[in-house]
Amino acid sequence: MAVTDAPRIVTARVGYEDSYTLERYLATGGYEGLRKALSMTPEAVAAEVDAASLLGRGGAGFPAGRKWSMLRKDPVTYLVVNGDESEPATFKDHLLVERDPHQLVEGVLIAAYALQVSQAFIFIRGEFALGLERVTQALNDAYDHGAVGADIFGSGFSVDVVVHPGAGAYICGEETALLESLEGKRGFPRIKPPFFPAAIGLYGQPTVVNNVETMSNLPWIVLHGGKAFAGLGQGRSAGTRLFALSGHVKRPGTYEVEMVKTTFRDLVYAPVYGAGVRGGREVKAFIPGGVSAPWFGPDQLDLPLGQDEVGAAGSMLGSGAITVMDTSTCMVRAAWRIAKFFARESCGQCTPCREGSGWLERVLRRIEQGEGREEDLDLLLDVSDNISPGLQWPPQQTTICVLGPSIPSSIHSGIDMFRDEFLVHVKEGRCPVG
Amino acid sequence: MSRFTPEMAARAAELVSLYPEPRSALVPLCHLAQEQDGWLTPEAMEEIAELVGVTPAEVRGTASFYDMLHTEPVGRYLVSVCTNIACLLGGAEALLEHAERRLGVRAGGTTADGMFTLEDAECLADCDRTPCVTVNHRYVGGLSAEAFDQLVDDLRAGRRDDEIPPHGTLVRVRRSGGLRVPRDQVASERQAMAAATAARAEAAKAAAEAQGAEGAQGKGA
Repeated sequence: MAVTDAPRIVTARVGYEDSYTLERYLATGGYEGLRKALSMTPEAVAAEVDAASLLGRGGAGFPAGRKWSMLRKDPVTYLVVNGDESEPATFKDHLLVERDPHQLVEGVLIAAYALQVSQAFIFIRGEFALGLERVTQALNDAYDHGAVGADIFGSGFSVDVVVHPGAGAYICGEETALLESLEGKRGFPRIKPPFFPAAIGLYGQPTVVNNVETMSNLPWIVLHGGKAFAGLGQGRSAGTRLFALSGHVKRPGTYEVEMVKTTFRDLVYAPVYGAGVRGGREVKAFIPGGVSAPWFGPDQLDLPLGQDEVGAAGSMLGSGAITVMDTSTCMVRAAWRIAKFFARESCGQCTPCREGSGWLERVLRRIEQGEGREEDLDLLLDVSDNISPGLQWPPQQTTICVLGPSIPSSIHSGIDMFRDEFLVHVKEGRCPVG
Repeated sequence: MSRFTPEMAARAAELVSLYPEPRSALVPLCHLAQEQDGWLTPEAMEEIAELVGVTPAEVRGTASFYDMLHTEPVGRYLVSVCTNIACLLGGAEALLEHAERRLGVRAGGTTADGMFTLEDAECLADCDRTPCVTVNHRYVGGLSAEAFDQLVDDLRAGRRDDEIPPHGTLVRVRRSGGLRVPRDQVASERQAMAAATAARAEAAKAAAEAQGAEGAQGKGA
């Protein structure tokens, strides 16, 4: 089993009972990254992040450094942190906001300095009540410590940070929907172009939106250098990354692992990670990057945990959520539940997504209940094709945002990989699994 | 009861002051109203509309988009049972059925005594403890049927009230002090920063051009 000796970058502190307090944070090197950043020019800080090859940890995996460089020409900007973690089976930002809120705040301040913004917003999923409390307390303490506010650490740089609670909507994880929500509106994604946040973001101003985990990496990157970060992992997938492992494993949890040098099999079976499948059963299929991602079968367990490697194999690391389904799982039921999720969470702006998700959910439900029709599998694929033409990967899009083309992933995978199981449901009105 | 009390009105004003545009405070103000009343009353929506400069219909239209904002009364305890994929694999459907029997309401319903509202929830991001249950958005761990019954007994007896505030109280920690960077300083700093950034970019460009010219000369020689 490959368990590399890479340092723990974002979870170094989470083992401490009081990991979320300023005292613990300062005792473990806290705010040293910010002090160092303030002694550098903003461009030099941004250059370190560029050199780190830090791919955004939210889901799309866009290089953070490049996202920033799109902004540097423009005078008025906002920094918005996306802590609306809602992709099913993703629970890594949950850990970061509750267990190490100062690390997040420090990352935000470093980014604010590099981008030269004087106001940043941390948008946190409303359901994270404790996380909201922890980050608010951390921010209060950081203000008192002189790390936030006017003339931070006597550097002449000033910035305010506001914690903003969400109110329960998956779609607000989409960055333009998040900005709408932050403006006090329904979370409707904006049409891109022209509404790329870097050009027209919060209140119409150039805005950077970065994920919580992305921000939490910054103190380490500034302290140790972008090169040290890029020295971990391989190729474009540099550094370590948090993976949220769930489903039928003995030890579900959030694990920080070195990218590429670790495989799905390592994560599922290594004693320090998943420790194998429950009840000694086998893996039937697994979701490699949140429910928007196409499924993989056991023959893909040896793929490395790298963004490009998983992309080339026809899926994505997405939000870093890996869900293991063992041989006792009914794949129709799994696909139905995921379709139901999308039907509930579609914002309703675009017809293919709004109507398609509802139809897919209803057809899957009747198959699951033993009332399916012979033509239902073709119907599912046809409706899916209307949402995402060609059912290819990466998907084509007929909608404003990527929620739409995410809907067919599990349905297409399910029918592709487990057609016989779907057919038994349709023809015999029963589930062959139990 | 539904207009903000003087204390809540002061907190509302604080919230509005944190944002460049008042409307951004709409959702936080809805949470505040729920903290006071347990749900979002029509009167509260009217007051929020006044505070942020929109119509009451816009407040309702926005609030109705979000699962956590309730435009109808909910129980003292909102019990959310996640049934999404990771919890489904962990036995969530059986737990939800048990919860429905135990509380005597279907998912979405409120008990006659107004104590509990039961919810069939989407992923709550605590997927290593399945089936995931929250009460008023506080995680109570992955629960067996027996543990669920114990939880209900404890809640009825008020034994978890330290840890689980009544519905609507989302965050018990208040931001201390408002924004610290004076607004006119923000404006002038932004201008100065823009000028400095532009100057550095200009210098870098000039340096690159000088280097490029040198390089070209080198090649020519």
